[in-house]
Amino acid sequence: MSATLAKGLNSFKEVIDAPIASFFSSCVHCGLCAEACLFYTETGDAQFTPIHKLEPLRRVWREEYTLLGKLGKLLGLSKPLTDAELTEWEPLVYDSCTLCGRCAMVCPVGNDLTYMIRKLREGMSSSGHAPEDLIGATTRSITIGSPMGIKWPAVLAQIKHVQAETGIEVPVERAGADYLVLMSSMEIINFPEYLSALSRIFKQAGVTWTLASDAFEATNSGIQIGASDLAREIVSRIVVAAERLKVKCVISPECGHAFTALRWEGPNLMGKPFGFEVKHILEVLDELHKAGKLKTKGKDKRPLTYHDPCQIARRGGVVEQPRRLLSEVAADFREMPDAGVMNWCCGGGGGVSANSRAEPLRLQVFKHKITQIEATGVQTLITACANCRIVMEEGLEHYHMNIEVIGLTELLAEYLVEDNAP
Amino acid sequence: MKLAEKPDILPGTVGEGLAQRGICRREFLQFCTALTALLALPPTMTVAMAEAISKARRQSVIWLSFQECTGCTESITRSHTPTLENLIFDLISLDYHHTLQAASGEAAEHARELAMKDNFGKYLLIVDGAIPMGNPGFSTIAGISNYDMLMEAAKGAAAIVAVGTCATFGGIPKADPNPTGAVAVSDIIKDKPIINVPGCPPIPVVMTGVLAHFLTFGSIPELDSLGRPKSFYGETIHDHCYRRPFYDQGKFAQTFDDDAARQGWCLFKLGCKGPVTYNVCATTKWNDGTSFPIQSGHGCIGCSEPNFWDAGPLYEALSMPISATASMLGTAAAVGTAAGAAITWHNRSTKAAAKAAHEKVTVQELIREDK
Amino acid sequence: MNHLHLLTFARGSALNWALMLCVAGIVLRLFEIFGLGRKTDLAKPRINSPGSGWHTIFSRSLPPQGMLKREPVTYIGGYVFHLGLLTAILFFAPHIELIRSMTRLGWPSLPSPLVDASVVASIIALGVLLAHRLNNPVKRLLSGLCDYLAWTATLLPLLTGYMAYHHLFIEYTLMLALHIFSVDLLLVLLPFTKLFHTFSVFISRWYNGDIFGRKGVAS
Repeated sequence: MSATLAKGLNSFKEVIDAPIASFFSSCVHCGLCAEACLFYTETGDAQFTPIHKLEPLRRVWREEYTLLGKLGKLLGLSKPLTDAELTEWEPLVYDSCTLCGRCAMVCPVGNDLTYMIRKLREGMSSSGHAPEDLIGATTRSITIGSPMGIKWPAVLAQIKHVQAETGIEVPVERAGADYLVLMSSMEIINFPEYLSALSRIFKQAGVTWTLASDAFEATNSGIQIGASDLAREIVSRIVVAAERLKVKCVISPECGHAFTALRWEGPNLMGKPFGFEVKHILEVLDELHKAGKLKTKGKDKRPLTYHDPCQIARRGGVVEQPRRLLSEVAADFREMPDAGVMNWCCGGGGGVSANSRAEPLRLQVFKHKITQIEATGVQTLITACANCRIVMEEGLEHYHMNIEVIGLTELLAEYLVEDNAP
Repeated sequence: MKLAEKPDILPGTVGEGLAQRGICRREFLQFCTALTALLALPPTMTVAMAEAISKARRQSVIWLSFQECTGCTESITRSHTPTLENLIFDLISLDYHHTLQAASGEAAEHARELAMKDNFGKYLLIVDGAIPMGNPGFSTIAGISNYDMLMEAAKGAAAIVAVGTCATFGGIPKADPNPTGAVAVSDIIKDKPIINVPGCPPIPVVMTGVLAHFLTFGSIPELDSLGRPKSFYGETIHDHCYRRPFYDQGKFAQTFDDDAARQGWCLFKLGCKGPVTYNVCATTKWNDGTSFPIQSGHGCIGCSEPNFWDAGPLYEALSMPISATASMLGTAAAVGTAAGAAITWHNRSTKAAAKAAHEKVTVQELIREDK
Repeated sequence: MNHLHLLTFARGSALNWALMLCVAGIVLRLFEIFGLGRKTDLAKPRINSPGSGWHTIFSRSLPPQGMLKREPVTYIGGYVFHLGLLTAILFFAPHIELIRSMTRLGWPSLPSPLVDASVVASIIALGVLLAHRLNNPVKRLLSGLCDYLAWTATLLPLLTGYMAYHHLFIEYTLMLALHIFSVDLLLVLLPFTKLFHTFSVFISRWYNGDIFGRKGVAS
């Protein structure tokens, strides 16, 4: 069995729905989406215009689902999509789109281009036109359990490390806990601070939580590559664990697309509403803070700014929470230009960071983030997505910028008021 | 000084006729001045015209009336008595006009045949009324069908003047559904000069002006693409309408008896066809320059334009749809719904087939065979 | 075929057919869109969202932050063109008469000079937008025959309407006939080209607002 053009075309036909038909019907070719896209604004290359990236899907829609298109097809006036064309489009669909959704915020006729790219990737992946690296990451997610190939023993090692550091027990497989905590591979490998910060905050807040040995990984390569069948398999691991442990809420970690995968796509992939809640860690921390269960003391004197991860803010609705939390611990908080729902992407979302072929382009478009950071004049950048964090760290290093990137959870933990601090 | 006393008055000419009727030169020159102005000729032409008309022989004229209402004849005979326009008919030799002539029956037809024979190739043929092509019996004179009579009379005519909208464009007889198969003179006569003088009826002075031109120059005046003398039909009624300033200011009467109508505002919204009607009603006016339809409070109905009767409702503004109705749109919506339902069914089957053909994607299936 | 014939045909049979094709086409296109269906979103939406489909139908009429500065030509040109066109269609006395005659709905008209000015502005804006389309690399890449056809079909009614009103170049009857013909053409093209955004914009904006609104974002 292998990917074929026929399967891809079949997927295109499957995913086209009323919203997509209305979007293509409405497009007036004004090109404003390009002006919202990092890949166009930083390169000036018109092929990165978001609606242009959707051309294969538009053609299938026109030929299959409109009267004029059907007639054209019948009369042989339109050429069917070819493998060669999909190959040509592959870099546009995967390398130069982070699913950041900025274009969907500016399109004057209201086209949600991100919604469409996500659907377009279904046909791209099933026709064998996904980038090699994303196929690799997805294969590891399915076969090993994590896109970076991390297994439970690696997590256990980190748990031990955190327990030794904090003196707090990290609960595993605790049924009936309030929260099931997930992590991203990135946090397991690169940012162990996250788990240690969480255990300290939760202990102080007095909430119960747990990790699950078969569902620790929050990321979902199936969403990025655009293969719902695989995304469903990955999400189902979390659902099964959450149901088995009877938790009230699953906490999506500091990871953008993991939140989208679980919070917004999860129930739709599973075909049923979840019996538990899904929250981003910032939402949980904000709730604890509001309830007086998360107290901080002292403020960071450094000038700080916050990078809104696209999937958390624009595509996730978590915008005010980080600002409320930051106001507690930051003495000199400065907003970036276009902060909030109109923030610019780090350039590595939507699978781009996992795609080595896209690296030169990703580094090129990162310049915009540098301009934004420079406008604030800070040396410390806070964010809430491990992928954004690693992409920005790499970018800053590439451009020889001496700027520190910190996770918000970790920053909060630094100023946590602890009754029995070690 | 009487024209008759002038030594250059030749027997059998218009000049002699004028002299006999006691028309003085001053009066005649005034008439000619008015005519030159009307025909848009340079004022210097006035004297030349007077001379030419005076010296012209009385022109033999045969007037045929077909499918018509006699309105054209009414217009030309009645309206201006006793002005010169009317008198000029004494200056031509109206050899046949079955409404005006005293003779009837065989005698009348005999007069026509005689005139045609005597003046073959020189007489002026005036026609009012449309010609039925459906059945010859629809309209006959002395047992002769209109078509036959026209064809016969046209043979020896120097020129033909089609008077009134019926003769020029088919007019009311030709209006939808045209039961008699009515046609205009120019539809069947192709080998003679034809002057179209449309109007329902035409303005009398326009008819006499055309005759005067023919008498003066022995030729037909400059015509537009519809065969109308440019001097009378060059501009629209709207162009010279005294209510035009109201149109430009956007001041319109909404009904025939509202305040705006009483104040003489523009009648465009009440269906006035002035903007698309080429005629001189607004300047020449009717009944000896007394008034014209718009002045009397009614919009122009465009009676001198081809197919005016079928050019949309008389009381709807020109910019209005003629026959579009809400039920028409309802039908269209129903057709759209049916077509939409069909295409929805087709789309859904396409999508359902795609779903049925969906094979669960596994990681092995992310790669193409040729890779 | 004289000019009055043409006018009679343009506002008679041609208009009837154009209107019927337009209405049938619009209904068909709406079926095409809605007939494809939309799966129920099983993810629990955020409560008290600042956004919604209805919100975006209106809010998307304003340029998002920073965009006006990035693309002033498209935004200002777009506003001037759309507002000018709307003013001409909806507030010119003869047009209101037309709407009243067909729907029995009517409203006060704007003074002719004001409508006149908006038409001129609209025509100028269309010219600027065309120049921009030909010069801007993004727009040029996206544009095809249909875009230029739609541009022409939109310009013609404005231009012929203006010329008819001012009795420019061609005599009034023919100009009015051409004006109505150009409207007939526009009506026929509307459902089957990008001009359909006249209607579908409300649908696409609603979906956009709904998708974002469920996530707690006002888009």
